Amino acid sequence: MGIRLDKKFQPLTAENLKDVHGHLGVYHLAEPDGAIYYIGYAGGRSLFGLNGELKRELQARDGRPALFRFEVNAQYLSRHEELLMLHVADHGELPERNRRELNHKLGRLTPA
Amino acid sequence: MDYQLTDEQRIIVDTMRKFVREEILPLEDKLDPDAGDLEPEDKARLVAKVKDMGFFGFGIPAEYGGPDVDTTTMTLMAIEMAQHRAGLYNPCYGVFGGAGLAQLFEATEEQKEKYLYPTLDGKLTTFFGLTEPSGGSDPARAIQTRAVRDGDDWVLNGSKIFISGADRADFGLLFARTDAEKGRGGVTCFIVDTDTPGFYVRRVVHTLRSTRYATEIQIENMRVPHKNILGEVNKGFSIANERLSRQRIPYAAGCIGVAIKAQEMAIEYCKIRHTFGGPLASRQSIQWMIVDNELDIRTARYLCLDAAQKADRGEEFRTEAAMAKLVGSEAGGRVVDRAMQIFGGYGMTKDFPFERWYREMRIRRVGEGPSEVQRLVIARDLIGGAFH
Repeated sequence: MGIRLDKKFQPLTAENLKDVHGHLGVYHLAEPDGAIYYIGYAGGRSLFGLNGELKRELQARDGRPALFRFEVNAQYLSRHEELLMLHVADHGELPERNRRELNHKLGRLTPA
Repeated sequence: MDYQLTDEQRIIVDTMRKFVREEILPLEDKLDPDAGDLEPEDKARLVAKVKDMGFFGFGIPAEYGGPDVDTTTMTLMAIEMAQHRAGLYNPCYGVFGGAGLAQLFEATEEQKEKYLYPTLDGKLTTFFGLTEPSGGSDPARAIQTRAVRDGDDWVLNGSKIFISGADRADFGLLFARTDAEKGRGGVTCFIVDTDTPGFYVRRVVHTLRSTRYATEIQIENMRVPHKNILGEVNKGFSIANERLSRQRIPYAAGCIGVAIKAQEMAIEYCKIRHTFGGPLASRQSIQWMIVDNELDIRTARYLCLDAAQKADRGEEFRTEAAMAKLVGSEAGGRVVDRAMQIFGGYGMTKDFPFERWYREMRIRRVGEGPSEVQRLVIARDLIGGAFH
């Protein structure tokens, strides 16, 4: 398994979310041009797992288009942390919303 | 042997138990089931409270500002501190502080000023870099990371795996081979700053444990000053070995703490859960599980306190520490497994802590030396001589 979440993005629509189930896992949200604006996870307290989290994100967009991709992963916390570190390694900083939410020291990753 | 607690130990144990139940459990109920830390403001509040109680600096010698308690009392505290969901790998979410890398107490004064004291103040974080892809159970032979002297520096090349906290650490202890011909007598311990060119954390190593993950490190032509050697050249293995022996006692204590909590929950549940017209507690199959749990817990606790008391008396405790770790980690796993069975379907859910304990307890049979290595250590001490 590659360490990056590089599956193809899909439009964040109610129709596409029908294929996303209530699993634990992580996800990327991106603007229509592919710029990631949030890295999230569905954890043990998420109602309806990935499906519930992504539906909430869809509602929050309030009609503005967005893209998403996800990965089912029971180790959602360490995977989420890894995705945050990878984003910093690739882009120099976290997405703004993740930066606001982060309440601990983020590690440094230098992928080969 | 008498394990009756002293009055002081009883007060400490009661205080710790009250702290976990009144301060930790209510906060934990609001966190993600796999969470590894408290919200920062909660943590700061509890750290202040622990400092007021005089317990901050768990495991730190009294001369460095830690609480003045012996190994037995610390073991009793560790058993209590583990009795919550995150308790196995992050007892009380770290609000009792900790020794960090105990090996640094043996450092030079210059090294202590730069690394030890800021670590004890919580200003620097550390990692322990021993295990390599070539193996972790036999580090004396498996270490392939090389260090070659070049003037006042050493140049290091190699890789390490299963290293917790290296991605966030400011510095760490890194073991490298400085003499290829000498086996365990050819390993040196270096204090390395993680911002040194040539130090790379390449990836997160995902395991059963979703929090406090491990990492893989790559070292490429990293220059480390000679003054950053901890101890002496080619004497690093004894530093690692000392740590491995001493660490086995609190490691076992954590397993016992979780097992005690799982047993307490299982007993409570079997009295209120009814099947086929009666409580689970009335079924012999359940009673036997509870009895087997208790036997496992008491055996592990006995061995753990025995090792701690030998350490306190200044006696050799390597065999006892290995027994405590072996029995504690294996018995803890069995207790959690039986408790899950008693809870049935609920035992598998993230609504309860068992599934997390089950995953993390499985790691304990491998971490800090697998059960097989503990048996090897015990056999070596019983029979004598090194095995080849």
